[in-house]
Amino acid sequence: MSFLMEVMIGGLLAGVMYSMVAIGFVLIYKASGVFNFAQGSMVLFAALTYVGIVERNVRPALALVITLTVMLALAVVIERGILRHLVNRPATTLFMATLGLSFIIEGLAQMLWGAQVHGLDLGIDDKPIDFLGVGVSQFDLFASGTAAVLVLTLSLLFNRTRIGLSLRAVADDPLAAIAVGLDMKTLGSAVWAVAGFVGLVAGLLWGARVGVQFSLSLVVLKALPVLIIGGFSSIAGTVVGGLLVGSSEKLAEVYLGPYVGGGIENWFPYVLALLFLLVRPTGLFGEATIERL
Amino acid sequence: MSCVDVEGLSPGSLRIHRLAALASPLRWWALLAVAFGVVPLLGTDYWFSAILVPFLVLSLAGLGLNLLTGYAGQLSVGSSAFMAVGAFASYNFLLRVPGMPLLVSLVLGGLSAALLGVLFGLPSLRIKGFYLVVSTLAAQFFVQWALTRISWLSNDNSSGVISAPRLFVMGIDLSSPAGRYFLSLGVVVILTVLARNLVNSATGRSWMAVRDMDTAAAVMGIRILRSKLLAFAISSFYCGVAGALWAFAYLGTVEPHGFDLDRSFQILFIIIIGGLGSVAGSFFGAAFIVLLPILLDNVATTFFAGVVDPGHLQNAQKILFGSSIILFLVKEPEGLARLFRDFRQRVVG
Repeated sequence: MSFLMEVMIGGLLAGVMYSMVAIGFVLIYKASGVFNFAQGSMVLFAALTYVGIVERNVRPALALVITLTVMLALAVVIERGILRHLVNRPATTLFMATLGLSFIIEGLAQMLWGAQVHGLDLGIDDKPIDFLGVGVSQFDLFASGTAAVLVLTLSLLFNRTRIGLSLRAVADDPLAAIAVGLDMKTLGSAVWAVAGFVGLVAGLLWGARVGVQFSLSLVVLKALPVLIIGGFSSIAGTVVGGLLVGSSEKLAEVYLGPYVGGGIENWFPYVLALLFLLVRPTGLFGEATIERL
Repeated sequence: MSCVDVEGLSPGSLRIHRLAALASPLRWWALLAVAFGVVPLLGTDYWFSAILVPFLVLSLAGLGLNLLTGYAGQLSVGSSAFMAVGAFASYNFLLRVPGMPLLVSLVLGGLSAALLGVLFGLPSLRIKGFYLVVSTLAAQFFVQWALTRISWLSNDNSSGVISAPRLFVMGIDLSSPAGRYFLSLGVVVILTVLARNLVNSATGRSWMAVRDMDTAAAVMGIRILRSKLLAFAISSFYCGVAGALWAFAYLGTVEPHGFDLDRSFQILFIIIIGGLGSVAGSFFGAAFIVLLPILLDNVATTFFAGVVDPGHLQNAQKILFGSSIILFLVKEPEGLARLFRDFRQRVVG
């Protein structure tokens, strides 16, 4: 029983990490309807930039500020250079553009900071502490706490502030939003900057765990099923989806894996997501906007 | 992505179009004569094995994806999974069926890929757009996993590597670089002619109708379910044959890892750059993808010898590919094929 618990908790904590990446997607999708495949490479870029600056003996706090500035600049460049020119194009075109974008960002990140693995120490111990009879890493608890704060802040931002209201208006009906005088361009940059910030947080937490390296950008492939299950437009959905994907893939690996030779972690979330798509295409918390025949 | 040519409606350009249509069979024969007659005379072994064969095979895979994504409007990022199925199925048919001819095994490999394509295409009946990415990604990861885990498929090779058989077609040995070029060229020419006829037939028109507005297509009596699944089947068939050629004619030995997600993206890039919904575009795109790294490499070794290390070059290549994709999506969604057509019209008319 305690083994099951341990597998469960390990999976749930991995799920927290997945949802952190997925939140970046949801933000951009909610505000512009773009399915941003480049979120994974933004996680990599942010983490690499931070580590690269810290390794040049800059104080962490200052490095954080510089990295945030860089992500803000990146957001503005993306809005001006790409998205502004693709207004009113089909969703698949925008998706393919972000695919191209992810190649650019990955190439750029590795050209600037090199392809080797960088260690990252956030100063939080990775010692297991006793939690309801199961050993849980202190670091993982910290990560979960950070994720919770992030989700809460973003939910408040979207539902309680003026800028959140504007963003929702733009996503709901861009023409009406322009008609009432909302500045689409600024809002577009703003939401990509916030997504970049979320990417930075996710990148730092993942990076401290597995080292800052290229594979960080592959997290995007885990975030995709999370989004499908949670629903594309719900921040709460990503959390539930992330936990579901994280725990079920670990459970499947441990209990189902031995029968089929193991290594099913890679595709199991996708099969789960496919089942969801067939039964409940909007995901658990999504709004019913998927077209069907 | 729409292919309606508004300028084509004016009488003047209509005449040019008719002229072009008359000239087109001639042009095709000339192209074939060059490919079969002139190129083998001029080509070196390096050109055959490092440029022409991969170009032909990637064109074929691009053509396959273009049928599905460019014509039928179903986005897929799992092309290389279907290539892998084609390669491993052909290999097994050759290995386990005595006296199996090479060309028949290619067809059977393609059919195996088609079967899997239909299976993973089934969700497209319920979902569309980028949601299909999930289904095709599932195919990508599942196939790669299955090919690594089920050792029977690679004849119990410990790392899942398969090796090309002796390449005999009707008693002729095609193992030399030129032979492998002829094998690929022959297969690609036949399948390209078939694809061209297909997209100009009722099937192709129903695909485009489904792509441009599925509700209207359904109202007109097009059976959406049949159209989409047929697109998945035929597209996967093309990718499967391309995969078998990739393994047999290009690489010689291949492992499941050779058909990873990056390969799928590469094929998607081929059709975005070459031109969505264009048969010729798949060839332009493949030429771009094959030649750009070589060009970049040559520029680096000629002008920046010793300054640029290979890692930087690879990153530069990534940035260049990514930028070209965005540039084409923004400036010319119909890709190189459209640029070429415009250029020709300016020269001819």
